[in-house]
Amino acid sequence: MSVLIDKKTKIIIQGFTGKMGTFHADEMIKYGSNIVGGVTPGKGGMKHLNLPVFNTVKEAVKNTGSTASILFVPPAFAADSAMEAADAGIKTCVAIVDGIPSHDMIKIKRYMKRYSKIDKMTLIGPNCAGVISPGKSMLGIMPGHIYKEGKVGIIGRSGTLGYEAAQQLKNLNIGVSTSVGIGGDPINGSSFKDILEKFEEDNETEAVLMIGEIGGPQEVTAGKFAKENMKKPVIAYIAGLTAPKGRVMGHAGAIVSAYGESAVEKVELLKECGVIISKNPSVMGETVKSALNGKKN
Amino acid sequence: MDIHEYQAKKILSGFGVTIPRGGIVYSPENAENKARELGGSKWVVKAQVHSGARGKAGGIVVCNSVLEVAQAADKLLGKKLITNQTGPEGKIINRVYIEEATDIKKELYLGLVFDRSSESIMVVASTEGGMSVEEISKKKPETIIRSKIEVAVGMQKFQAREIAFGLGIESKLIARAADTIIGCYRAFSELDATMVEVNPLVISNQEQILALDCKMSFDNNALFRRNQVSELRDKSQENPNEVYASDRGLNYVSLEGNIGNIINGAGLAMASMDMIKLAGGEPANFLDVGGGATPEKIVKAFKLISMDEKVKVILVNIFAGINRCDWVAEGIVQALQKIEIKIPIVIRLAGTNVDKGNKILKESKINYIEANTLEDAANKAVKALEK
Repeated sequence: MSVLIDKKTKIIIQGFTGKMGTFHADEMIKYGSNIVGGVTPGKGGMKHLNLPVFNTVKEAVKNTGSTASILFVPPAFAADSAMEAADAGIKTCVAIVDGIPSHDMIKIKRYMKRYSKIDKMTLIGPNCAGVISPGKSMLGIMPGHIYKEGKVGIIGRSGTLGYEAAQQLKNLNIGVSTSVGIGGDPINGSSFKDILEKFEEDNETEAVLMIGEIGGPQEVTAGKFAKENMKKPVIAYIAGLTAPKGRVMGHAGAIVSAYGESAVEKVELLKECGVIISKNPSVMGETVKSALNGKKN
Repeated sequence: MDIHEYQAKKILSGFGVTIPRGGIVYSPENAENKARELGGSKWVVKAQVHSGARGKAGGIVVCNSVLEVAQAADKLLGKKLITNQTGPEGKIINRVYIEEATDIKKELYLGLVFDRSSESIMVVASTEGGMSVEEISKKKPETIIRSKIEVAVGMQKFQAREIAFGLGIESKLIARAADTIIGCYRAFSELDATMVEVNPLVISNQEQILALDCKMSFDNNALFRRNQVSELRDKSQENPNEVYASDRGLNYVSLEGNIGNIINGAGLAMASMDMIKLAGGEPANFLDVGGGATPEKIVKAFKLISMDEKVKVILVNIFAGINRCDWVAEGIVQALQKIEIKIPIVIRLAGTNVDKGNKILKESKINYIEANTLEDAANKAVKALEK
């Protein structure tokens, strides 16, 4: 098992025929993801990368039976595309794009409230590297080869820092069940807690590594969830020790504006929840390793 | 993006918020003329800089004659105002706002922000105007009123009334107060703001409800559809290197230390800075060249870092994914052929084709220190500093 996607998950690409869509669709196909087609309004009926192109997500879902999608559309149109996916019955949608206005994100989330829990789409991102279940499927833009198949779940805001973690784990011969990039924006589709819940239910995941950063309440909310509801160990690293208050550190959401949002405060609050802290970013792998060993004892 | 007080006031007045009469000027002569034009016998001269706490720093001067207005403007214009929010370098005063003085009966606080927990717009109000919201939450938390707004339907009159009654506003002024609060909400929601703060919102002796001081910030990601807002950007209020960077698509924040760094990805950048700190150094900047780390961006990044005189060592940390290390290494070599750097450079490459990348760096004639891990890179950068 894995969370969100596996070998069988049928995937469509929204913004299929564009430069980004084409490049990354090709990378995902090479990795072994089950890409079944794509959507570009106005280009329905064409073939692209030997796969069918549809005008609407509904048509694509009807003809291919796809349950997952990935968006490669510019920020100004991303909210529209995400809502279209939700309405067409897509179950997992990844938004890679950086630069969606916060007001649009609120709108998407409000729109998705119309669906019952079972029918509701899981939106991952925006401003993220996507999702990978190593050896099974990749729904993202990460370099697939740095992820070894295994039993550690990863949830992170940052793309490249997530790669760093996967590489450290691989060097220690530790694999990953699924890695989920939830993105660096202040308002995102899925939170750390949302994904922790999925990992707790997944019988192949034995521990979860959360890679957080300054800004917002999400890491601590997830820590509280872990304390009350999880049996699996949760390991966390929080980036941004040197970030000054009130400044945006690259990610739109990486800004300290209230108590509990700095790296030091988050670490303290997470410790209180029993989360195992990786002291610095170069020991994320080792901290996971000792947590896994501890569990076996 | 932040804007000036007078710009925020103009925006809010367009949404039905009453503001004291005033005008922006660029010279003492104009200041005097503006005061005459406004009439009355008492004026306030306000330095327009992107910072709060201007009063404590001497940026707000109450004047009792037009001569005093001219003198105050003369004293402020062209100076740097150093507040507890600007840092020691301060911010340049290029314009001052001349406003008729208001007879204040009561000062209130009104703020609107995104609430990341509930993913909605939150209105925060208090009877303790004039203090910062942090101070209010520390000293008078019981006075704080919070109201969550459902964005799909917008703010309702009853919500605005509840806030107004909560602030103890008299019955005859409630409708006016509610309109003011709704006006602020509409400005927030219709212009893609991330923050609107009216502090203080005052009730005058003449029973007017006025926005005496206000601040607005906007979502940079939404500026593409808000021309009237993006035009208000004042680059003189930003760090020059940060302006240079943002104009070139680089994410850069200038800091106090002396180890400059060039990193791909915001999270990895923060993590590398953490490692510098743990190794006993201080980062001079945050710089994210983007996950892709294209050669063009790397050249721009080296140029930017070389403009910062504090920097004594440069740390480059690139985790290459689909952009392979060999490609990134070529970009670094190209950059260093174009820009002469005389200080030590520590380079750590990781990810796809890392061996090929390191080979390209070694075979080139560039002078650098190779590092293998995050920790190694930070230690070597701090060590290079000591030499």
